[in-house]
Amino acid sequence: MTRIDTSRPDSVLPTPSHTVGPFYGHALPFRGGEDIAPVGHPDTITVHGCVTDGEGTPLPDALIELWGPDPDGNLPTADGSMRRDPASGGFLGRDGVEFTGWGRIQTDASGRWYARTLRPGARGRNAPYLSVCVFARGLLVHLYTRTYLPGDAAALAADPLLAGLADARRDTLIAAAEGDGTYRFDIRLQGEGETVFLEFQ
Amino acid sequence: MTLTQHDIDQEIAAKHAAYEKRLADGGPVEHQPRRDYAPYRSSVLRHPKQPPVTIDVSKDPELVELFSPAFGERDITEIDNDLTRQHAGEPIGERITVSGQLLDRDGRPVRGQLVEIWQANSAGRYAHRREQHDAPLDPNFTGVGRTLTDDDGRYRFTTVQPGPYPWRQHVNAWRPAHIHFSLFGTAFTQRLVTQMYFPSDPLFPYDPIIQSVTDDAARQRLVATYDHSLSVPEFSMGYHWDIVLDGPQATWIEEGR
Ligand SMILES: [Fe+3]
Repeated sequence: MTRIDTSRPDSVLPTPSHTVGPFYGHALPFRGGEDIAPVGHPDTITVHGCVTDGEGTPLPDALIELWGPDPDGNLPTADGSMRRDPASGGFLGRDGVEFTGWGRIQTDASGRWYARTLRPGARGRNAPYLSVCVFARGLLVHLYTRTYLPGDAAALAADPLLAGLADARRDTLIAAAEGDGTYRFDIRLQGEGETVFLEFQ
Repeated sequence: MTLTQHDIDQEIAAKHAAYEKRLADGGPVEHQPRRDYAPYRSSVLRHPKQPPVTIDVSKDPELVELFSPAFGERDITEIDNDLTRQHAGEPIGERITVSGQLLDRDGRPVRGQLVEIWQANSAGRYAHRREQHDAPLDPNFTGVGRTLTDDDGRYRFTTVQPGPYPWRQHVNAWRPAHIHFSLFGTAFTQRLVTQMYFPSDPLFPYDPIIQSVTDDAARQRLVATYDHSLSVPEFSMGYHWDIVLDGPQATWIEEGR
């Protein structure tokens, strides 16, 4: 049952995942979820895209979480992504100063999402990327992928994940530059141009 | 063609038999549902057909995914974990206390991390604009809670017993009563969104979502235990539900955890 006996390691087994369902919209999204970058920061980028299913139909009920390092490659330890107002119980939005590195965005009715965050820096041998987690009705276990930014061909070529992928699949992980620090990153859950999804072991 | 409960029952049975056969043939115990689970129709066009690309985290302790975002006192308010106190009046329904421990695969408590819940009201209706189930909304119940786990990884919510609700995937489809949970671990790889159920719900065999967890023991881990010691005298019924996060973490940060 669901009282886990931690003195018996063989009883410590994972709790299964379930779909986020269609009715999380009054619970999980929060004001400022997409505005991750501190206000006016010069290294701010905009990442945006569409989430589509196996027939190319946009998902109006997908939830995206982004998590990434600051421009120096350091992972933030600041809390305050969803600062709250103790008086009303509502969301205050971020403080505009600290960088928490984490954001949460619900796709709109046309399946589109955007986020403004800081340009991630490289960590170790990896090319700079944002970690992306996708939730949706119909998705029994969430999906991980990565948004790599184009530009530094040498860094991308040396990236341990990208180096192991065929070109067509690799390209699904690299956002398209649209100028002025704006990048497009579409997520295709199934079928033609299916995004590369990751599992960690 | 009308999709009936009988059709879904047969598909669920076939999926279960296929899993039993995989086990008999030496396959691994499957703790997680498969993303491709047709009895839950919404999964059909929303699961990747390509297998996921595996990343061996032991080769790179610097991976972004081995760290987790931080949450703190300013991300919650004092009454966020009491869903019965968020409005001027009392919500309708049987009050319950839900508590348990958030653990990693080594049985260690996950401390100071964010737990979010959401649920239908006691009549089985969500406070969500798109939900059109013809059951009453409760002006005194939104059905959203948040808390941070304590130093033992414990969480505790006060809420009302959610009602079961119909959904339209097939004729007479009903979801067993459940509370949705969203959880963070010490690594982003441990992220979990799931649902907690209540003991002995007669709807379990009919529901393709809980049945998507085809392993019987794994499915049982989604069901809370009635816990009389958690019941609050003259106030609420107690349910205990421990949660174990899957997914690797950075082993080298064990010190000081
Ligand atoms: Fe639900």
